[in-house]
Amino acid sequence: MDADIIVIGAGVVGAALAYGMAKQHHRVLVLDGADRDLRAARANFGLVWVQGKGADTPAYTVLTRESSDRWPSFLTDLTDLVEAKVDYSRRGGLTFCLGEAEYTKRAALIARTHNYGGDTDTEMIDRAALEHLLPAVKLGEEVVGASFCERDGVVNPLQLLAALHRAVALLGGKIMFRNPVNKISPISGGFRISTSQGEFHAPRVVVAAGFLTPTLTNPLGLIIPLRSERGQLLVTERLAPILPIPASGLRQSFEGTVMIGVTHETVQDTAVSVSSAAKLAKRAVRIVPALASARLVRQWGGLRVIPPDRAPIYAESADYPGLFAAVCHSGVTLAAAHATSLASTMATGRLSEEFAAFSNRRFDVQKCA
Amino acid sequence: MIYDVVIVGAGPAGMSAAVKLSQRGLAVLVVDEQPTPGGQIWRGIERNTTGPVLRALGRDYERGRALAASFRSCGAEYAPNTQVWQIEEGWSLYLSSNGKSRRIIARAVLLANGAQERPVPFQGWTLPGVMTVGAAQILLKSGGMLPQGQVWIAGAGPLPLLYATQALNLGATITGYLDTSPPLRLKALSKLPGAWRDIAGLAKGFRWLRELEKDGRLIRRASGLMAQGDGKLQDIEWQSGGVRHKAKADVLLVHEGVVPRIHETLALGCAHAWNSDQNYLAPELDRWGETSRVGLFVAGDAGGIGGWAAATIAGEIAALGIAGRLGVAANIDSLRQEARLDNRRKRALALRPFLNALYSPPGTTIPDDVIVCRCEEVTAGKIRDATRGMAPDPNAVKAATRCGMGPCQGRQCGYSVQAILAEQHGIPACDVSFFNIRPPLKPVTIGELASIENAEEIA
Amino acid sequence: MFKSVLDVPANAPDMTVVVNGVDTPAWNGETVASLLLRVPDAGRLTPVSGASRLPYCQMGVCFDCLAVVDGVASTQGCLTPVVPGMHIDRQHGRREL
Repeated sequence: MDADIIVIGAGVVGAALAYGMAKQHHRVLVLDGADRDLRAARANFGLVWVQGKGADTPAYTVLTRESSDRWPSFLTDLTDLVEAKVDYSRRGGLTFCLGEAEYTKRAALIARTHNYGGDTDTEMIDRAALEHLLPAVKLGEEVVGASFCERDGVVNPLQLLAALHRAVALLGGKIMFRNPVNKISPISGGFRISTSQGEFHAPRVVVAAGFLTPTLTNPLGLIIPLRSERGQLLVTERLAPILPIPASGLRQSFEGTVMIGVTHETVQDTAVSVSSAAKLAKRAVRIVPALASARLVRQWGGLRVIPPDRAPIYAESADYPGLFAAVCHSGVTLAAAHATSLASTMATGRLSEEFAAFSNRRFDVQKCA
Repeated sequence: MIYDVVIVGAGPAGMSAAVKLSQRGLAVLVVDEQPTPGGQIWRGIERNTTGPVLRALGRDYERGRALAASFRSCGAEYAPNTQVWQIEEGWSLYLSSNGKSRRIIARAVLLANGAQERPVPFQGWTLPGVMTVGAAQILLKSGGMLPQGQVWIAGAGPLPLLYATQALNLGATITGYLDTSPPLRLKALSKLPGAWRDIAGLAKGFRWLRELEKDGRLIRRASGLMAQGDGKLQDIEWQSGGVRHKAKADVLLVHEGVVPRIHETLALGCAHAWNSDQNYLAPELDRWGETSRVGLFVAGDAGGIGGWAAATIAGEIAALGIAGRLGVAANIDSLRQEARLDNRRKRALALRPFLNALYSPPGTTIPDDVIVCRCEEVTAGKIRDATRGMAPDPNAVKAATRCGMGPCQGRQCGYSVQAILAEQHGIPACDVSFFNIRPPLKPVTIGELASIENAEEIA
Repeated sequence: MFKSVLDVPANAPDMTVVVNGVDTPAWNGETVASLLLRVPDAGRLTPVSGASRLPYCQMGVCFDCLAVVDGVASTQGCLTPVVPGMHIDRQHGRREL
């Protein structure tokens, strides 16, 4: 056997899992795909975000909160180990509301997340409170308020990913890049993974390959339903600090660039369009009119990995014990949970009860109902 | 309004194509960032009608006058001081001028936006006072400006020689010229027979060399160039004759060849090929200049370095190709033959193999402490550190270091990153990809984006 | 650092512009970038380290010639011809909105 566990996919989900397992002294081999493969880990807003998550899937809300609360220590452990900087701050987060209708709608959604969890970490705040939080900007006239969650934070997702990769190597794990996987075959004692660079064997396999996950797991009967949703965003030149609190569609990075997002398009490519840029720009200017003079330096898009109810899928094969899948669109926020409890349970070979709500079998139930 | 053709660039290729396409009665719009036509080589041609600057610039420069005049009167619409910041299939072009953006539609697009100097990082190249030879020549052409103080030129290629001669003719003082080109090799000499078809070009080159040598200001086989100073250029150092030299300097002009401007064609997903003579990427073009995307053409240096004469001919060829593509000319092959375009092109490119061999691209390793990404101030060492153990993927470099994320979007660092990765992994540079190029092609403001004219037409 | 061959008593300047608040002569055909080269302390300071930069390429591909022109920040100086009365100010680091 080449490793105790093979993780397919070195994105933020795979890398966090591999890190967690390596930390627990398991021998981990990570196989990453071709340069041009879709990489959601390199295309996200960097939010470590709680508010609004899981309004209709309470287990997701709970998991998100736990991960968010574990994030600071998860990061400290990680950066201590790799001795590298990963910019992170947790000062709460906003979702701006333009006009009363948006405000009311948002309030209703937040109320739904509270009804299940009991934990009221998010509140609606009015314009005056918002101005108090953001003294350096003049808000657009239509801004009536926002939802504010004290648990929300932001991270530099690229630094995070690089740190996770480094950590895996430092802990004795191995990551092989440019090594796309073609097939997983069950063998006695585990699995054979066929790649362009040869074959690898392990008793346990975790497929965390974003959209490529179903192509690898479905043939073995582990059905992972996913659809793609494109998010485009705009990044400006570096600006003097104006936004100390991040918002879900508007945040200022540690370098000073302002990120403006995001679209939700049901497509399967990462092309960007001027029409989306114009829409995003229009909304940004309604929120902070002074942004009109900022220069756009680049626009890009990423594909969110979306299961049918938007909550993560953590699945294990019934026919082939030791085969797992882990996919979600919030791999950054859940990185702490992935690196701790999920990594532990997958390493034991069975998903614990805590993750039962995220099984792929929940979709079978919906079909029957 | 729907144009038949939009041409990006009013240099030799763009003007030539505009004239030919307008003659066919097509609706043509030519867009250019500069205030007046001429591109880089004929910059300021309309202004420099008499005087010492014009005399100093030489015969090649004067050749641009007639074409610029034809261009002005050919009936094509001309939008100077205008930047193209995005092109989308269909074709939609997004233009910005005077702080406002608008969208226009065309049936075909011709990119004739030329070349840029090959960026070659060295110690101190970001210091105020260090700039490209091309920059100095632009200042000469557009404002009659000459560098002052201790002026050094360092590089290889025809351009630094030409510039030195022009500046000297205007009374500038060039303190020294460091020729960094490698020793003349047999392979360069072997290309000579073909080059004799362009005797004027060769003779010109040798005259310039003699001028400099006469005054003892030409230093051959210079290497290891460094620029130093506290907040601005004050000294330079280099190696020649086995010895390290140092000299005071106020201005350092550098040049190591030119490369096609490929951001537009990369952003549009065109197929590109690696030119191994000169180490650059160029879009793959068919014999009419069409890229791998139907209706998108390239002419001139943007398609591969060939110089102004080849560019004007490429403009004519592309004009025929576009006419064919738009269905307004059925006999483009015979028209091509009648105008002897291929023969003329061959003659115009006769000196290229010799020049390519004489001035092969530099291959030195970039020291760790040298800035590679000027915009984000990322050093070669930082790039090497961040990508140890990773795949040779420039986009991974970008993600790990921010190299390539600044306003120039990799125009000054793309090839350097490629070279560093190639070296780190022991593979040829052509096996390393280039950055993913994202729109906008030029940094347009959020406000302009929010208020594009004709926005309601955008799906 | 650069001087026009036209900058002799017989060739009077074509206009006056204002650089960092100071009246400055200029000639037709000049751009903001050529002014940055001849007026001290007008070149940008980078938003990363605050290092001093001056125009490098003069053709729009290096972005080292950024300046605040008539109040508009991050304007590429080499692509901006000077006009009478133009206000040019040094761009300091991360620009303010």
